Amino acid sequence: MKNLYLIAYLDLKESLRAKWFVVYSLVFGGLIALFFIAGVTESQVMGFSGLSRLLLMYIQITIVILPIFILITTVRSISGDRDNHILEYMLSFPISLKQYYWGKIIGRFITVYLPVLFAMVIAIIYGAFKGADIPWNIFFLYTGLLFAMSSAFLGIAFFISSFVKSSEVALGIAFFIWIFLLAFIDIALISLMMQNRFNEELIIFIAMINPMEIFRVAAISLFDPELTVMGPVAFYILDSMCQGIFVLVSIAYPLFIGLLFAFLGYKIFEKKDLV
Amino acid sequence: MIKIENLTKKFGAHISLDSVSCEFNKNESIALMGANGAGKTTLIRSILGYYHADAGSVSINGRDPIKHRVEVLKEISFVPQLPPPIKLNIEELMHYISISANVDKDKIMHYANEMKLDLATNMKKSFFKLSGGMKQKLLIAISLAKKSDIIIYDEPTANLDPKARDDFYRLLKQNEDEKVLLFVTHRLEEVKDLVNRQIYMDLGKVVSDEKF
Ligand SMILES: Nc1ncnc2c1ncn2[C@@H]1O[C@H](COP(=O)(O)OP(=O)(O)OP(=O)(O)O)[C@@H](O)[C@H]1O
Ligand SMILES: [Mg+2]
Repeated sequence: MKNLYLIAYLDLKESLRAKWFVVYSLVFGGLIALFFIAGVTESQVMGFSGLSRLLLMYIQITIVILPIFILITTVRSISGDRDNHILEYMLSFPISLKQYYWGKIIGRFITVYLPVLFAMVIAIIYGAFKGADIPWNIFFLYTGLLFAMSSAFLGIAFFISSFVKSSEVALGIAFFIWIFLLAFIDIALISLMMQNRFNEELIIFIAMINPMEIFRVAAISLFDPELTVMGPVAFYILDSMCQGIFVLVSIAYPLFIGLLFAFLGYKIFEKKDLV
Repeated sequence: MIKIENLTKKFGAHISLDSVSCEFNKNESIALMGANGAGKTTLIRSILGYYHADAGSVSINGRDPIKHRVEVLKEISFVPQLPPPIKLNIEELMHYISISANVDKDKIMHYANEMKLDLATNMKKSFFKLSGGMKQKLLIAISLAKKSDIIIYDEPTANLDPKARDDFYRLLKQNEDEKVLLFVTHRLEEVKDLVNRQIYMDLGKVVSDEKF
């Protein structure tokens, strides 16, 4: 166990010094600051107001940029260390591969999760300071969603990192996955629905296996469906599923995806040559 | 201590180790030599358990270095051919080593001192920002501070100035008793006093093996 913490701790320290981490924190912190400056909390648009509206905007943007951030910064972690012979030296000490791999994941998870969480906490504190009502249910839901989202994409990133040969290919795959989940599935779904050829269950099912779509729908699931401008897919899902169950699924399923991919990545890491 | 039997390792179609068999025992200091690409590094990495062999086996004190990597690596000190671009600073690197391998930090300081490497003023510097020779000195100091039965050096003197080389050989001389010292080198005359066995490799095979 002490080696697991050691690896996580050192990875964390290394990340905190890295330039990408500064950019990463500034982006999410800056987003919140921007919302306040733009007066998002004061405006009354389409039924949302105050902090709820701010948090909703925050998570909608985060859903788009967090995955690509995580993928790009993490997808080279193991493969990069292998390429430049860092593994050759670091793994010449008596540390099990399990401790090394999972320690890296834990360290990375903390690095990617804390800034997005902190940005939200700052919003809550600042909002409360200015006298806004705090939407606790939304805050807790989003905390959980961000947690699940970070694990899903971190798991996928480590999976890619475990087998990919060169850094360029790793980046390419990461970018493709992001675009694919972000846009192509939606476009495909919409065209399916427009042609009216498939039944609703199938469409919902396809939408639900995409973690990005789940986050999108989950993010608005606590708002009144009558008021929200959501996509047709989201409407279908929320219309046909109990809210409580959907919220649980929206957190548990991506977490599961993340762990599954991380585990597969570990198996590959263990089976392959280390240098 | 180290037993290699019919070890074959291929990379694609290229055979880097071709059914290599040999044994290294206590109190042996071996100069491992051979042309570039002969398979020396591949052999060393196999001993460290980094490669999954295509055929044959490696055992260290009776243990498989892949299946029992933690136990096996407790007994090995290793300095690689090229110092890697580790981003940790020296303090963190020493912390990593002291916790994972139970090495006394003061011992590292001691050997660094003996190698004329000033660590105290560089503690917050990233490892990869040290000069090539400084990196090697630090890795050597770590390898000596880690009390192991097996010491493996893959050409560690490439970046050392002549003075540092002398320091290094002197320290090694003091530390080789009751151990296996495996030393990849292209300059036999430098290690002549140190070694009592020479192995030549070529095209993935051991072509000569002399003890004296
Ligand atoms: N990861 C790898 N992938 C493909 N080929 C490899 C790999 N590692 C080594 N080789 C090949 O195996 C052969 C032996 O390489 P090795 O590094 O063991 O040589 P060496 O004896 O250490 O040479 P040098 O004196 O230059 O260090 C070389 O032909 C090399 O190209
Ligand atoms: Mg070599």
